[in-house]
Amino acid sequence: MVTRRNPVMGVLFLIVNFFCLSVLYLTLHAQFIAVIQILVYAGAIMVLFLFVIMLLDLGEETRFAGKGRFRKIPAVALAATVLVEILLTVGVLGTPAGQSERSVEIGTVEFVGHALYTGYLLPFEITSLLLLAAMVGIIVLAKKKLGSS
Amino acid sequence: MIPLSYYLSLSAVLFTIGVAGVLTRRNAIIVFMSIELMLNSVNLALVGFSSFLGDVRGQILVFFVMAVAASEAAVGLAIIIALFRNKQTVNIDEINIMKW
Amino acid sequence: MPLIGFFINGIFGKKIASERFSGFLGSGVVGASFAASAWVFIEMVRSPVDSRTHVVTLFDWISAGSLSVAAAYRIDQLSILMCLIITGVGFLIHVYSIGYMRGDPGFWRFFCYLNLFIFMMLNLVLADNFLLMFLGWEGVGLCSYLLIGFWHDRRFDTGGYPPGSSTTSDAARKAFIVNRVGDFGFLVAMLLIFSTFGSLAFGDVFPRAAAIVEPGSTTIFWITLLLFLGATGKSAQIPLYVWLPDAMAGPTPVSALIHAATMVTAGVYMVARCSILYALSPATLQIVATLGCLTAVFAATIGLVQNDIKKILAYSTISQLGYMFLALGVGAFTSGMFHLITHAFFKALLFLGAGCVIHALKGEQDIRRMGGLAAAMPTTRWTFLAGSLAIAGIPPLSGFFSKDEILLRTYAGGATLLWIIGWITAGLTAFYIFRLFYMAFEGEGRYSQDVQPHEMPVSMTLPLVLLSILSIAGGFIGIPSNLGGRNLLEGWLEPIFSRADARLASPHEAPLSMEYALIALSVGIAVLGVYGAYLLYRRRADLAARIITRFNAVYGLLLHKYYVDEIYDALFVSPLDRISKTLLWKGVDVKLIDGAVDGTATLVLKLSDRLRRIQSGVAQGYALVFVLGIIVILGILVLRF
Repeated sequence: MVTRRNPVMGVLFLIVNFFCLSVLYLTLHAQFIAVIQILVYAGAIMVLFLFVIMLLDLGEETRFAGKGRFRKIPAVALAATVLVEILLTVGVLGTPAGQSERSVEIGTVEFVGHALYTGYLLPFEITSLLLLAAMVGIIVLAKKKLGSS
Repeated sequence: MIPLSYYLSLSAVLFTIGVAGVLTRRNAIIVFMSIELMLNSVNLALVGFSSFLGDVRGQILVFFVMAVAASEAAVGLAIIIALFRNKQTVNIDEINIMKW
Repeated sequence: MPLIGFFINGIFGKKIASERFSGFLGSGVVGASFAASAWVFIEMVRSPVDSRTHVVTLFDWISAGSLSVAAAYRIDQLSILMCLIITGVGFLIHVYSIGYMRGDPGFWRFFCYLNLFIFMMLNLVLADNFLLMFLGWEGVGLCSYLLIGFWHDRRFDTGGYPPGSSTTSDAARKAFIVNRVGDFGFLVAMLLIFSTFGSLAFGDVFPRAAAIVEPGSTTIFWITLLLFLGATGKSAQIPLYVWLPDAMAGPTPVSALIHAATMVTAGVYMVARCSILYALSPATLQIVATLGCLTAVFAATIGLVQNDIKKILAYSTISQLGYMFLALGVGAFTSGMFHLITHAFFKALLFLGAGCVIHALKGEQDIRRMGGLAAAMPTTRWTFLAGSLAIAGIPPLSGFFSKDEILLRTYAGGATLLWIIGWITAGLTAFYIFRLFYMAFEGEGRYSQDVQPHEMPVSMTLPLVLLSILSIAGGFIGIPSNLGGRNLLEGWLEPIFSRADARLASPHEAPLSMEYALIALSVGIAVLGVYGAYLLYRRRADLAARIITRFNAVYGLLLHKYYVDEIYDALFVSPLDRISKTLLWKGVDVKLIDGAVDGTATLVLKLSDRLRRIQSGVAQGYALVFVLGIIVILGILVLRF
């Protein structure tokens, strides 16, 4: 995805990615999360991205020109370094052997919902506030000014 | 059974790809998408841990991460739109008004 | 106590415009000091010999690591002697100054400086360690500078060099700088002493000197030599004497006090105080004696032909100081001190008398334009005559005894060549001083007609009289034993010098007949000198002129002081000046120091210029830095496990 120059293609590939992730979640017995992933990410956020791309009518991304040509190399190198380090961390630390017995149970909507509304009620409510704030901000930002652009 | 480390490795790889995307691309929107990719990789790791440790808190966190990611993506896009109106471009290299 | 006088005069003097007050206060404190010294002296005389030394420690001055110096004062036979001289003669000169400086706008300032000077000098002689002595040493140098340049911008004739005339402040500066060179020697010597003995206190150094140091070793040689270098600066010997003649630009009482009786004797005192150190280094002693002798004859020859009354006296001082160092050099420490005392008397007398003459003739200092003052200023004339006789070494005045003893000890010590030179110098001394006397006082008046000379007020003449009495009678404290008198001075100072005397080979006592012969010789040449002056300047003045033309070259050489000043200038002053101007000023100061400062600023500027590029405004740049940070942190994490 990151290698595509056409942004629309990039979005589409990302959607595929999300679907795959969703499946992975299912293998982990996290039903709720899997569904949410599709609904929210693939369904809402990516659609939003597409809207914006269409709205702005972007063409293909231009090639790197001039000095920026070499930007890719150190970037990739750094990224590779990060990868290596994370893998090392993971390898050094121990991981649990197998899936826990409870995994099935906790992945259900009921269980998660129950936990959300009892133990984590406060963050839940605050999140709603956050969404509200985001909405307001977006509208303010993206609104056409009256009388001028 | 797939061991946890596989999931974690996949998460790492996804994360790295996201990083590369952030550093390399010039289109702001694609940069945002890379950021979303990174967030998703973290989600994957969290869910994996949650499943293997039998703790629901991982999934709770994922829930919240998703919510935040959604709002953040929306706001970012709104900013880009506003920028685009002014500069007619989403090329990051040209959006350098914050330069000292 | 003089310090109090200094403060009061300094702070209030400006407001109190009354001359009388400053004069009285200034003289008063010195007089009080004299009384105190006299009282201590009498106490000392009464107490047994062993307990005559007192060390009074006021407070701990420096305490740094292994160096611990206290502000301690030592009162013993030697220092009390110096105290008496300093305060006594100083008091007389203060009184004289009341009359001399009358009407001068800087009256209060003068007494201010004078008091400060006395304070510093007392510090010097009373100090119990080298550092405190050095404080006084520097202090008198400073006061000398202040007092020489007292009349700031007066021009005066320096006898041909530097070309044209220079101001008094030039002279003062010269004095200070030349002194500095000597002080450098003193400092290095102090360092050596500290490293050798571990302490700077006299009480620590002197008693242990013989035990710690090898006689004749390099260390002690350098210590004594460097100390002597300091002495040559202060006491105007070769090679650092050049400041003294120019210092005559200051007011005459200054010349009398500082450059005749006290400051210039500081060097002599210092060497005498360190007698044991010098006794341990015979090589230095020889250098001291030879140098002193050479200086004596050298200065005497220059003084022969000078025409400024004060310059003659200045060269005479240098010459007499040479005698003192000669004495010290042959181990006759007591004789050196003896001559110091008598010289203080008659030289101060001569200077003050000269001051009277100058004042009377409204500032005239050239003896070719004096003369015929015998009738107008009788007191001055007679006292001046007394001083002249004393310095010429005519018995039974004091100068005869002290000078003679020096010559005697020189001969007895086996330094015959030095004796001959010293003997000749004695003749020269008599000649030039009587030349001065005759030209200034006798014969027909050669001054301009509108000047009416008259005798000076009592405040000025009284000190003259007192000093002349001392010049005449002062010799009796040191009559050598084999002439029948008791040598009081020698006995008094013996405990101080005992260690040194014991170390040096005791001089062979010359047989009595030899002594008489020597005395006769020295008196003889003195009389010859007097007669010669009489002849040339009283009877047959034309003869003097003919001799001058015959020996014109020699005359020129002497008149120009052997061109020493010119040589010094070419060797040291000019190059130093040029180096300072071009290299040090333009090169170092401008380029290096300014460059460093400017350079630092430029560097910071350039650096910040670079650094600010980091903030490019391009978000990805920032992201890059993020990632870098992440890598670092992760790396640390990995490594920790």
